[in-house]
Amino acid sequence: MSEDIYREMILDHYRNPRNKGKIEEPDIRINDSNPLCGDEISIDLKVEGDIIKDIKFDGRGCAISQASASMLTEMVSNKPLTTIKDITKDDVLENIGLTNLGPARIKCALLSLKVLKLGMVKYYVDKDPTSAAQMKDESKVF
Amino acid sequence: MQALLDVRKIRQDFPILNRRLKDGKKLVYLDNAATTQKPNEVIDAICKYYSEYNSNIHRAVYQIAEEATAEYEGTRENVRKFINAKYEEEIIFTRNTTESINLVAYSWGNANIKKGNTILLTEYEHHSNIVPWQILCKSRGARIKYLEVDEDGYLDLEVLDELLSMKGDGKIKLVSLSEMSNVLGTIFPAREIIKIAHEKNIPVVLDGAQSVPHMKTDVQQTGCDFLAFSAHKMLGPTGVGVLYVKKAILEQMKPFISGGDMIKEVHKENTIFNDLPYRFEGGTPNIADVIGFSAAIKYLNKIGMDNVRDHELEMTSYLLNRIQDIKNIKVYGPKIAKDRGGLVSFNIEGIHPHDCATILNDFGVAIRSGHHCAQVLMEKLDIVASSRASLYIYNTKEEIDILIDALNHARRIFNI
Ligand SMILES: Cc1ncc(COP(=O)(O)O)c(C=O)c1O
Repeated sequence: MSEDIYREMILDHYRNPRNKGKIEEPDIRINDSNPLCGDEISIDLKVEGDIIKDIKFDGRGCAISQASASMLTEMVSNKPLTTIKDITKDDVLENIGLTNLGPARIKCALLSLKVLKLGMVKYYVDKDPTSAAQMKDESKVF
Repeated sequence: MQALLDVRKIRQDFPILNRRLKDGKKLVYLDNAATTQKPNEVIDAICKYYSEYNSNIHRAVYQIAEEATAEYEGTRENVRKFINAKYEEEIIFTRNTTESINLVAYSWGNANIKKGNTILLTEYEHHSNIVPWQILCKSRGARIKYLEVDEDGYLDLEVLDELLSMKGDGKIKLVSLSEMSNVLGTIFPAREIIKIAHEKNIPVVLDGAQSVPHMKTDVQQTGCDFLAFSAHKMLGPTGVGVLYVKKAILEQMKPFISGGDMIKEVHKENTIFNDLPYRFEGGTPNIADVIGFSAAIKYLNKIGMDNVRDHELEMTSYLLNRIQDIKNIKVYGPKIAKDRGGLVSFNIEGIHPHDCATILNDFGVAIRSGHHCAQVLMEKLDIVASSRASLYIYNTKEEIDILIDALNHARRIFNI
């Protein structure tokens, strides 16, 4: 039932998103959209010595995609950039407390993870093309 | 007032309307602009073809192939009558509206659109009536212009007249527009628009995907040069579309998809193409579903398209009245029900359409949320998405009441 989806935590992150906005001169800027529903997420990252020093997201979309992005930024803030590699779909779904979404809505919940992983790959493409190529294969969310 | 249609009886013809969803809820199907449900007659006709006379059409001489050919060609005649075309040859079977428009763009467009020409569309077109023209214009060095739609969902025919009167470089060579918007719900005055265009010798493509299923269509009266529509939006199966083309134009057009069935003679170096309309139906067509489409047309004829329209008008008025009472709702398109087909698009402030549709699903209510393949219009309305409830012959006021209750429930969940 939707009462289980639209719990206070989701609505809170939807209405008061954390880390929303842009970073001036980010080290990584990346965006993507979900062609089915037009949801858009862009993410800016500031990286210092492989640590995510600052992260901001921007976008338009449903409560699930926006709340999920907000919670994801909190999850990786001040962590090593490579932790992004190890975050799984289930990690994100568990973190936002939505483990029984239907196939259409799961994409809303995972859009920000998809964007974040794309960003990480993009960052490494310049620095270490070989491992970036492998990362790219491993980083496919959907 | 006496009900216009015997909806209770109609509903018994649609097996899907009897199914139960999770938790035993009834299906409240309000996504008819995307595709409609199918009556037993249609499902049975398809079954009958496969179980009694499945065979390839047109060439074989044995009994079941003759039966299949007769049914397939009988559908063409039924479609002709349904839209009051003059000749059977003017009816071409495609896969859907999208393929029908592509056929016009590739065949007629490539032969007639030249460098510097302009094609006129409107801002509310479905992607299937934008993208084929963009591809054509890119390859021919031509341009697209969009006729503006105003805040209430209407076109200004004086502006249209001015645009079509332009001479010289910006001269418009073709108008392509939908007779009914799949987002705004507006029914546009096809006959007047075509009259204005024809005064200036400009041909008109009508996208009838939303209009043909819901009201009487008469191509001789509206005078359109091309008309595209889909069987699946009018009780028929998926995988069948129609393109009507005025005979005089069709005779000049080159084939779009070539190969078997569309030829008379093939030699090593050259081919003589088949007669109309077969020249435009390359390869084995979707025989079963074309035959199923016949049953859909018969079903609609039995009800009567004027009655279909009247029922939808009654339901749309009711829906418009009730939905406008919801707090913080924005309804798009005409305020007057009779200017609309049976659909209403809306947004509740603070609830994204996808969240709205998810909550409605708890009530068994199926509506569409998203950009409805009309992103040019979405940009104009300055929204990313909307919700849309769309009606057909089997929908009832009770179902609309369930929709309204569900929308109010969504407001409570979101505290709005
Ligand atoms: C106005 C309009 N044009 C074209 C289409 C495309 O129809 P189809 O997907 O059957 O090709 C649709 C349906 O979604 C429509 O509403």
